[in-house]
Amino acid sequence: MKVVDEIEKEYEKYKKIPFKPGDRVKVHLKIVEGKRERVQVFEGYVIAIKGSGIKKTFRVRRESYGIGVERVFPLHSPRIEKIEVVRKGKVKRAKLYYLRERVGKSAQVKQTL
Amino acid sequence: MRLLMLGNKLGMTQVFEQNGTVIPVTVLKIGPCWVVDKRTEEKNGYNAVILAYEDIKENRTRKSEEGQFKKAKLSPKRYMRESRVTKEELDKFEIGQEVNIDLFKKGDFVDISGRSKGRGFTGVMKRHGMAGAKRSHGTHEYFRHGGSIGASASPSRVFKGKKMAGRYGGTRVTLQNLVVADVRPDKSIMIVKGAVPGPNRGNIEVAHSIKRMK
Repeated sequence: MKVVDEIEKEYEKYKKIPFKPGDRVKVHLKIVEGKRERVQVFEGYVIAIKGSGIKKTFRVRRESYGIGVERVFPLHSPRIEKIEVVRKGKVKRAKLYYLRERVGKSAQVKQTL
Repeated sequence: MRLLMLGNKLGMTQVFEQNGTVIPVTVLKIGPCWVVDKRTEEKNGYNAVILAYEDIKENRTRKSEEGQFKKAKLSPKRYMRESRVTKEELDKFEIGQEVNIDLFKKGDFVDISGRSKGRGFTGVMKRHGMAGAKRSHGTHEYFRHGGSIGASASPSRVFKGKKMAGRYGGTRVTLQNLVVADVRPDKSIMIVKGAVPGPNRGNIEVAHSIKRMK
């Protein structure tokens, strides 16, 4: 498996994940529209980080016009231009699925100072 | 020329394309192989080269193979395979010569053979992909069966080759037309798109696709 790990490393963009569950992030995503390429920003809370090596993904949740939207991004995808941490969150677990049942203020994550 | 190269499956992973598409890939170690012997038209009635792969300890050598390696002045190897070649191609090989992975390049099509994972005695659903029976509507103790196995008084027997439960896996499987995603000659590593038969570290044979030979 050592060789397989080495090949995975070549494609990895981050040595360490630049955020944690509970953080509010802006994901800058490259989107192809016809022939043009533009950048779309998806902002929300990181509610889960899964997988290992090149297979690592993270799940971002946001509220859009009153409807909860979740997207899963491969961490090392070349389509992601950059990931920006807006706020650090204070949470006690690794998977924040409980946010799905909440609305309004209780759906927010406290900020760490 | 179609040479049967020997190697091992190292494992699977995934790779990103430039546009973000994820491709599942298998990492293989191929060769280096050595020419142990040649079969010639005059002597054997056909032309072929015999390639061997992977060093083993002297005391692990089979008695029947020992002499062949000694004759070729090679250290004993674990696996040997014959590849048919034409007469002109045969002359390009010398006994004791090393054959490397650089035979293959990115974008080539290859056929890969291996021994599939043994699954033991399996039912008809896993082994032959049968649908099984309904779970509801009064079904009683009949969920994963294959249904009827034939007619009644005539022919009053079950036809040969009827698909039933039994040993599954552990047989030779060949996958054709796999695409080579990358070749790393410095480490004898080949990366192919898709899956390859057998467990990790299992033995495999790789050759250029027979259906794409010109």
